[in-house]
Amino acid sequence: MNTRSILRIALVSALVLLSCTAVSGQKKNKKIDIAEALSGYFTPATDEPATPDTKGFIRRWLLLEPISKPNRSNTVFTDSYIREAFANEPYEGMFTTLPTDGQKVKVMIEKQAPVNLTAGRPMMPTAPAEPVFEKATLVWHALDSKLFNVKLFRFATGLDKERYGAIFEAYTVVECDEDIENVRMAVGSNSASMWWLNGEEAVILSGDRRMVMDDCMSKRLTLKKGRNIIRGSVINGPGMSDFCLRFIDEAGKPVRNIKISCK
Amino acid sequence: MKKILLTGAVALLSLFASKTVLAQVGAPFIHDPSTIMECDGKYYTFGTGGGGLISEDGWVWNSGAVRPGGGAAPDAVKIGDRYLVGYSATGGGLGGGHAGRILTMWNKTLDPDSPDFEYTEAVEVASSLVDEDCDAIDVGFLLDPSTGRLFCTYGTYFGFIRMVELDPKTGYRLEGNEAIDVAIDCEASVMMYNNGWYYLLGTHGTCCDGVNSTYNIVCGRSKSPTGPFIDNVGRTMIEGGGKMVAAPEERRFGAGHFGRIVLEEGVEKASFHWEADLDLSGRSTLAIRPLLWKNDWPEVGELVAEGTYEIESVRRGYALELSVDFVRAQGGMRGFGRGGDQPNVVIENQKLEEVAGDWPEKTPIRISDYMNRPHQKWSFVAVPEAGGYLGGPYFKIVIEGTDRALTATADCELESAPFEGTDAQLWRVDQLTDGTYRIMPKAVPGCDQPLCLVSVADSTPTLAKFNFNSDNCKWNLKHYKGL
Repeated sequence: MNTRSILRIALVSALVLLSCTAVSGQKKNKKIDIAEALSGYFTPATDEPATPDTKGFIRRWLLLEPISKPNRSNTVFTDSYIREAFANEPYEGMFTTLPTDGQKVKVMIEKQAPVNLTAGRPMMPTAPAEPVFEKATLVWHALDSKLFNVKLFRFATGLDKERYGAIFEAYTVVECDEDIENVRMAVGSNSASMWWLNGEEAVILSGDRRMVMDDCMSKRLTLKKGRNIIRGSVINGPGMSDFCLRFIDEAGKPVRNIKISCK
Repeated sequence: MKKILLTGAVALLSLFASKTVLAQVGAPFIHDPSTIMECDGKYYTFGTGGGGLISEDGWVWNSGAVRPGGGAAPDAVKIGDRYLVGYSATGGGLGGGHAGRILTMWNKTLDPDSPDFEYTEAVEVASSLVDEDCDAIDVGFLLDPSTGRLFCTYGTYFGFIRMVELDPKTGYRLEGNEAIDVAIDCEASVMMYNNGWYYLLGTHGTCCDGVNSTYNIVCGRSKSPTGPFIDNVGRTMIEGGGKMVAAPEERRFGAGHFGRIVLEEGVEKASFHWEADLDLSGRSTLAIRPLLWKNDWPEVGELVAEGTYEIESVRRGYALELSVDFVRAQGGMRGFGRGGDQPNVVIENQKLEEVAGDWPEKTPIRISDYMNRPHQKWSFVAVPEAGGYLGGPYFKIVIEGTDRALTATADCELESAPFEGTDAQLWRVDQLTDGTYRIMPKAVPGCDQPLCLVSVADSTPTLAKFNFNSDNCKWNLKHYKGL
């Protein structure tokens, strides 16, 4: 083996290692170009702050790779069920600390069998009698959604992660030049979800939900001058997961004089 | 004790009677019914899994319709003298792959006993891949009455509802036609055209969960057949918008898979299924309800419930009544402003026994000021053995507490006579698209024309041809009191 061969092997090994660390998760890692994998629905977030779209929808989000939580039906998502499910902090500090793009975290997940996509029209695999849990490494991704509704399902499929039976965690930062009073957080999600503004619960969408623009709204809130942190959790069994979120003022107009970032 | 038992028995009978009014009769069990088609005097609807229901009169339904191919959620449309039937070759399931195929096929008749009954080979007109943002099932047709174009929508909660255009001559996809995304997060879509508007209807909520199914039918509308379809608060259906068309009833849940039937101007019906009918073991059943239009928005009305009503003419606002002596009620004239220091007393309404003693066995019918008098209170009671019509049973209409039945006479007029169950005493009651009612005898003696109750003068009723554009032909059912 000559020097060139050794160098080539070393280079390939480094690239493989690099790709593994970038997309580590519940499934065995393989090289995925994030921008390429999500290109139909997302682009990587830039360093420049974003603004809401023309209807006020916030499209820049930090998304954590889906946390496997098998559910064969979405009819179980009662208020108490999702409150309990979302009260379980996936890793220490997640509820209180804004994650960063590319941050890897270790999360306890419930294992589920892979979905069979080819055999006609298969149903969700039957869950084992006793749930099996394991530690998994998941990654946060800072992304700009190409659509007003953030397609969590395509986020999952693009990264080859759990597409059904999952909890999705989301963060974004809203920056205001001054206090904006009497606004409401307006959310739609598929399926159930909960949303917090600066650590305070703002909106809950329980039940077997469809993604409907302005499905639920918070009470009147104040977006304070400076940084406001929004956190959301979305849970789904079978079906397509997504959400949309915007702020609406007292006149029913979308709030657009804000800046959006992931930092 | 005997009285208590009798009262209990009457209550039970009333309960049974009201149940028979509100559900289709026979074995109307179906899921995802196709739009109801009329063929040679019978009605047909097809369901998921193959087969379907047949009805002779539109009220009593039983299995017997034949549709090959199995699969899910068919629809049907009559084009010329043929029927185009569509279905999807795959069948539901949010948790797996989503490869689906929409197929269409023709038949000259829907009567499986006809020698002409033969389906053509099914052809694929749309499809979805295993993992794209669409699931090609739940076909719905619109033959645009304004242009003759044939639109086909399909899809489920999995991604977009899509629309393609078919050739109404062949049932094939138009060459070069590209599918358009028209909605998200719904299923069982279908389009309608009415008064210059195109409507896209879809079913939201939870399917296939029996009595816990939250299925409901919503719509958006557009001036263009390709959308965007916008709801009543300005949301497109691509944004998840939708205005309610059909919601649950007291004993029936999970309205889904809409179909529209236009019988004539002003008389329309909506067909769909209930995911669960509590009076029919919680099974999935066929529903037929009046279809109303309010400010150019569709809305499913309710079947006429058994009970006692004022029959109010839309023409004048007067009430249908027996032509008997007006008997002055107790209470008299109390003067204006005098006796103000006296305590208030409750004066009871006039009672039947106070006035009915002198009524002749048969009386003419007239229309007059509504005063909540016994000769103005009409009880609608279903007559199950008389069958029904599309979406309702025949009723006898009698003065409350009596056997004095509204009766059509041989000279096309009206009288009250003891109820004998003749066709002249059985009434079809259709809620019209504007929310008023048409009231028709099952038959008029010696007359082969369908006639309806008409206010020919403010105070004079008769039987005449129905004209939706005349208030003379319309009635309100008011001051309902359940039996």
